[in-house]
Amino acid sequence: MTDHTAAIAGVYEHPTRNAPDKSTAQLHGDVAAGALEDAGLTTADVDGYFTAGRPGRVMSMVDYLGLEGLSYVDSTDLGGTSYVSHVGHAAAAVAAGKCEVALVTMAGRPRSRSGGGGPPSGPQADFEETYGIGTVNMYALAARRHMHEYGTTAEQLAEVRVAAAEHAQYNEDAMFQEPVTVEDVVESRLVSDPLHLLDCCVVSDGGGGVVVTSPAVADDLDRDCVSVLGHGEAVKHHDAGDIDLTHTGAVESGPRAFEAAGVTHDDIDYASVYDSFTITVVETLEDLGFCEKGAGGAFVEGGTLQAPDGELPFNTDGGGLCNNHPANRGGMPKIIETVRQLRGEANDPVQVPDCEIGLTHGTGGSLGTRMASTTLVLGGDR
Amino acid sequence: MADETTLPTPDVSPTPETETYWEAAAEGRLLVTECTDCGRVYHPPRARCPDCLSEDTEWVETRGEGEVYAHSVTRQTGPPYDDATPYVVAYVELAEGPRLLTNIVTDDPGALSVGQPVEVCFHETDDGEHAVPRFEPV
Repeated sequence: MTDHTAAIAGVYEHPTRNAPDKSTAQLHGDVAAGALEDAGLTTADVDGYFTAGRPGRVMSMVDYLGLEGLSYVDSTDLGGTSYVSHVGHAAAAVAAGKCEVALVTMAGRPRSRSGGGGPPSGPQADFEETYGIGTVNMYALAARRHMHEYGTTAEQLAEVRVAAAEHAQYNEDAMFQEPVTVEDVVESRLVSDPLHLLDCCVVSDGGGGVVVTSPAVADDLDRDCVSVLGHGEAVKHHDAGDIDLTHTGAVESGPRAFEAAGVTHDDIDYASVYDSFTITVVETLEDLGFCEKGAGGAFVEGGTLQAPDGELPFNTDGGGLCNNHPANRGGMPKIIETVRQLRGEANDPVQVPDCEIGLTHGTGGSLGTRMASTTLVLGGDR
Repeated sequence: MADETTLPTPDVSPTPETETYWEAAAEGRLLVTECTDCGRVYHPPRARCPDCLSEDTEWVETRGEGEVYAHSVTRQTGPPYDDATPYVVAYVELAEGPRLLTNIVTDDPGALSVGQPVEVCFHETDDGEHAVPRFEPV
């Protein structure tokens, strides 16, 4: 294993899932306070700050949070995986001596604050937005093509939801805490075929925060910290018309993270895998190399993803499918649940025994079309 | 030249880089772009080749024929398409190579399949200024 460059010292997931009574900036404040308290640090210790998305540019949020003397800021916006990348970027900044205590915050209120528009359009807007595209139907196109090329079935996709729901029943903050069956999923209404309602993640208000520190700072804290062992990221796009909808940027981000960490798939005790939709998980697991390309549907059958005894326990908080997908950006809860597992602080029935190495994978943008993938390998040895 | 449609057709905003494409669409012709340096045929249009960044690119008129690469019948969405459900979003692979995002216009979306032959049609934008390409089963 390579030398650790940085540690995660604090995490905080906002318990709200519906916040009509709070501003988005206020949620950032809540999660900043929560993550710093978890680490045993204060804003006076923070010298690096990372955020993306709402409600304002990074300068506005530094101002709002009252952060002073920052030597490093980063507002890389890769959609839902922004914050997974932020942890990787923060670790690199810490390793380069640019900062010692980096705070990452995110928040949003898509549930209580309807409308407000999406990200700014790029030069492709006239060639895409004209046709009534949205998040669900774009992911549905990827699912359709995956089914066509590899014979993946709706029932196999449903297994992902079944595992997430099984875990969510132990999370009192989860939006949906009822277990479901494969039949429940495939008999739920089609939103954009082949994706059913229960193939889709929740829409929730909320947010989360992470504190990334140097190893020296972490060693002085009275808190279990988690080592950032490896980080990889990638952007995958239309390739000017030569698009392939059946793979993601994880084919590049995964090997980068595994190599940096010096670990293999057999070393991974737990995985947080971005689950905006069930198909997101199936394609990602294939691309990360947990099974052969095209075999993801068969891989997730038979309880593979269910904690604590499955071959690859995943999303033990219930994931974006059942627990939380704050601001329509699910990367942050993925980091937080991996840290909980490595600290031994997951909900009892789903805590993976002897969890030493965890993987966090984020997806941003639209699956297979124009997207970002970020993989982190985290270690609980600190 | 444009066909009738019940689908919303929001206006487009041609740029110096794309106005030739949209002018052709208004005349019922679907263009792609080809790099005369490296031979790459690509879409959407852009002034420099996305493979080699050469500026020596030219417009190529397609036959307007292709096949369904992937499709989805959208049953729930936001404006302006919310009143048009169910409608079909798809990638079509053109005979010339590029796969482009579009709609498939059909009265029987349940009968569509991957690989099905389709041909281009053109729908006037809601303000009557331009036209956009869509596809229908052959």
